[in-house]
Amino acid sequence: MYNVKVYVTYKASILDPQGEAVKMALHRLEFTNVQAVTQGKYFELTITKTTQSIEEQVEKMCTELLTNTNMESYRYEIEELTTEG
Amino acid sequence: MKYAVIRFPGSNCDWDMYYVLRDQLKVEPIFVDYRETNLPIDVVAVIVPGGFSYGDYLRSGAIARFAPIMEDIKKFAEAGNPVLGVCNGFQILTEAHLLPGGLRKNQHLEFICQQQDLFVQNNQTTFSNQFKPGEKVMMPVAHGDGNYYCDDVTLQQLRTHNQIVLTYSKNPNGSVADIAGIVNEQGNVMGMMPHPERASELVLGGTDGLRLFQSVVTRQLQK
Repeated sequence: MYNVKVYVTYKASILDPQGEAVKMALHRLEFTNVQAVTQGKYFELTITKTTQSIEEQVEKMCTELLTNTNMESYRYEIEELTTEG
Repeated sequence: MKYAVIRFPGSNCDWDMYYVLRDQLKVEPIFVDYRETNLPIDVVAVIVPGGFSYGDYLRSGAIARFAPIMEDIKKFAEAGNPVLGVCNGFQILTEAHLLPGGLRKNQHLEFICQQQDLFVQNNQTTFSNQFKPGEKVMMPVAHGDGNYYCDDVTLQQLRTHNQIVLTYSKNPNGSVADIAGIVNEQGNVMGMMPHPERASELVLGGTDGLRLFQSVVTRQLQK
């Protein structure tokens, strides 16, 4: 069993309008030292172990569905869950 | 000779399309449910209407790409037949990789709903042959995610192959190069954010949109 965390954000070269709006609101909260805000999406997946490599599977999930690779980038963390007993 | 209007859960411009096809263009429309696996054999054009398919979950159009009917729409498009995606339909066609680029949230984050002036950049396509080159036309826009994005390489390709069909006058959403509507390189798949079906009767404020549909019908009759 794996626990996989996937983070998706706009590519760095693309203006993230929601992040910009959040930044402006933080400035109004007087956190004027906030230089940049990136807003993104977070997915947590619980995946059963198969013969196929987990990296390959997650990579495909990211490129085929979880991100629009035209404008978004992704990263993920894979944690293998050890079964007790 | 039927014109298929695809219905996804959350499509909401389907009837508008149907009425324009039936009452204004006098052609035969047919609704095709997203769960179908094949388009009827006598379909000559496919229209993917606007709305909020699958509630815009994940990204606008992202889930609709996996609907059963999409496989056959891809085949239909690859065979060179006309496919038009309007608003959410445009978003779906980019997610399905039938058109390059993608649609982001509007730059100012507001949902916009207004009459929009547009320029016809290419009047040689299946979808624009009833316009004059450079003509200024008006069609309504109504979207939250209409901010077209593509990288510089793709933009160059769009320009080289004359794929930019419609641009905004006074860009309302932040789209790259003021893009409002594009075709694929072959010219048979078009996606656009403005709603031609809402500008197809004088009583609704204009008929510029009707000419876009007439372009498709005219091409069809020339075959």
